[in-house]
Amino acid sequence: MELIDLTLIWIVIIGIGVFMYVLMDGFDLGVGILFPFAPDDRARDEMMQSVAPVWDGNETWLILGGAGLLAAFPMVYAVFLPALYIGVFLLLAGLIFRGVAFEFRFKSGSESRHWWDRSFFGGSTVAAFAQGAVAGTYIQGFEVEGFSYVGGPLDWLTPFTLMTGLGVVAGYALLGITWTILKTEGSTRDWAYRIAPKLLAAVMAFFVIVSIWTPLASEHVRERWFDHVTALWIFPLLTVLTAAWIFNKLRKRSDAAPFIGSMTLFALFYIGLLISMWPYAVPPEHTFWDAASDPGSQLFLLLGVLFLIPIILGYTAWTYWVFRGKVNADEGYAGH
Amino acid sequence: MELDPLLLSRIQFAFVVSFHAIFPVFTIGLAAYIAVLEALYYRTDNPVWEKLSKFWTKVFALVFGMGVVSGIVMAFQFGTNWSTFSYSSANFLGPILSYEVVTAFFLEATFLGVLLFGRDKVPRGAHLFSACMVALGTFISSFWILSANSWMHTPAGVEFNDGIIQVTSWTQAIFNSSLPYRFAHMALASFITGGFVVAGVSAWYLLKERNPETSRKALKMSIVMLAIATPLQLVVGDLHGLNTFEEQPIKVAAMEGHWETQEGAPLILFAIPDSRNETNHLEIAIPKLGSLILTHSLDGEVTGLTSVPAEDRPPVGIVFWSFRIMVGIGLIFIVISLASAWQLWRGKLEASPRLLKALTWMIPLPFVAVLAGWFVTEVGRQPWLIQDMMRLSEGITPSITGGMVLVTLIGYIAVYAVVFAAGLYYLRRVILAGPDPVEDASSDESARPKRPWSAVSSGLEDEAAKARS
Repeated sequence: MELIDLTLIWIVIIGIGVFMYVLMDGFDLGVGILFPFAPDDRARDEMMQSVAPVWDGNETWLILGGAGLLAAFPMVYAVFLPALYIGVFLLLAGLIFRGVAFEFRFKSGSESRHWWDRSFFGGSTVAAFAQGAVAGTYIQGFEVEGFSYVGGPLDWLTPFTLMTGLGVVAGYALLGITWTILKTEGSTRDWAYRIAPKLLAAVMAFFVIVSIWTPLASEHVRERWFDHVTALWIFPLLTVLTAAWIFNKLRKRSDAAPFIGSMTLFALFYIGLLISMWPYAVPPEHTFWDAASDPGSQLFLLLGVLFLIPIILGYTAWTYWVFRGKVNADEGYAGH
Repeated sequence: MELDPLLLSRIQFAFVVSFHAIFPVFTIGLAAYIAVLEALYYRTDNPVWEKLSKFWTKVFALVFGMGVVSGIVMAFQFGTNWSTFSYSSANFLGPILSYEVVTAFFLEATFLGVLLFGRDKVPRGAHLFSACMVALGTFISSFWILSANSWMHTPAGVEFNDGIIQVTSWTQAIFNSSLPYRFAHMALASFITGGFVVAGVSAWYLLKERNPETSRKALKMSIVMLAIATPLQLVVGDLHGLNTFEEQPIKVAAMEGHWETQEGAPLILFAIPDSRNETNHLEIAIPKLGSLILTHSLDGEVTGLTSVPAEDRPPVGIVFWSFRIMVGIGLIFIVISLASAWQLWRGKLEASPRLLKALTWMIPLPFVAVLAGWFVTEVGRQPWLIQDMMRLSEGITPSITGGMVLVTLIGYIAVYAVVFAAGLYYLRRVILAGPDPVEDASSDESARPKRPWSAVSSGLEDEAAKARS
């Protein structure tokens, strides 16, 4: 195994998997976050129909992240989940409420539909916030003895993680609103064009706050950005340029560009986070190599994953192709 | 009073698993049924199959939705409450659960979108293919999860080094000795569950003289399947029991209520096991039959509970009674299925209101039987988390406190209660609404403006609201 660093391969696979999740479930969680602000029921119908056929597949990337961590980096799994015990519960409860809302909302009458609207909004927002708090906790670090978390149940909840939580809520809402622009027409899209610049401004505000706060919160991050390679500063620069490009495209009412731009923003945030934390899997002490599972187990799963992930990406792309184009409020549930 | 995190975590896990288990056991069978209906429609063009498939797909989507969200909880519960177990066994369980995700979950979740929303957007062959992929996904999923579960009962192909499990043989670990029995038992249970729900709902429609054309076909299909599956389940269950007798004799001792190791053990039909005094009260038993079933010899030796220290025994009462409930329901199933098949063969099933009524009463029973079966096998493994390798008390998260587990336990119960109540309510409405009538099928459908299902059902509820006011 000296020739190939399996652990490095797994860092790449899990990294891509988590990013796939953030992008894909990000926009459908974002649609939920935006739900109460939609102008009318028709807009809500259209927004929900735009994600109904694909949200379940999107969310599966989260399960892959969980199972993949257990397989490749069990220590990350065994430290993060107990440390985030209450946060994980909130995340799961959120995902439950928003998940069932898809089925229940379309089967309920006008009498009770507003309950499932709330459930979809509340669940999506709580789940997004919890994910942001997880990212913040990762930056913040854990109290670990040996291979186990030994801190308290609410150690993760700090002003810093509150802020990263809200930042992700805003970020997902941006993905959701640009997705809505892409998938709708008429009054719904007009509304989305009005909201999108404000959300983009909010996301950039969070970007500035996090960029200042993170080096203050973590010595390791400070050293990475201020003592080492200055070429890293290309990433914040690209972020600002991308945001300006999205603003411009929103003003010109381009349908697809804002969504592509928002995904690019997320990619830049994500790379920035990875650069900041590298090579720590369980900060402040354990690297990915400390946290890795048995090479035999990593290899056994790698063989299958290398073969299966392209197939999964293939049929996922096919379903997105099947449901391409603008949604029509009267159409989606005809056969169901 | 100090809250015991171990006991509360066990209760929490049992609650979450039990709640989750009832959904897949139904959707596995139903997914296969929908795939069959789609295939029939594809081949014959008969709109009856399409109406049936659309109807059961609605039911499937509701139940699958609840199954998915409760299943996500499971994937994280190992880490939150049993992190030491997860960390120790990750080298085996991690890849197995990951394979479940990449071979099954993606398949189900992605093609479900096409099955539910793609009927008018993809060619008919692609729609049938999607139905088959969803069904295949549910099956592959149950294979992996049962492999992981069976391994915890009959671990193989691994070594325990410094508290970490390392895999020495993937084939031995995955295809461990109890997997074939457990998988066959579970697959049959899924078909039986799906079959009794379809049969029960169809029988109810026939009793109400509703949707006769679709219900007649659905009832016939499910009865034929049940008449084969229910007796077969008795055979598979017996084989599973023999494997357990070999691998986990103490579990069988608890199932059978045997305290002393003895030759020529009786088959105990009824008893009230008493753990403190290590004996049974009010025992009704058939001499020597226990040995005959388990060892195929009248004088075969059957291990008793007292052969191991008290702390190594499972709670006998739960295992003993769950086992009797499961077997009892299984026997009722065989009688009802065979009687229905007999009447069907004579062409008199539809004219037998008592049998049709009995079939509708069967609907909840497969779920009870499945839960009872899970209790037998899981409680019967106690106090082991991995049989003879790791105790439950060794697997729990070190940082966990009783208070945390209690808070989240109450949280899960509250969340699931809301979801389950709403789910049952909408299921009832879907079933009361029934399949679309066959008369207005294919020909004029494309001419009518397409109405979303939500619009149709909101009409129902609004009328009901008017009637109430």
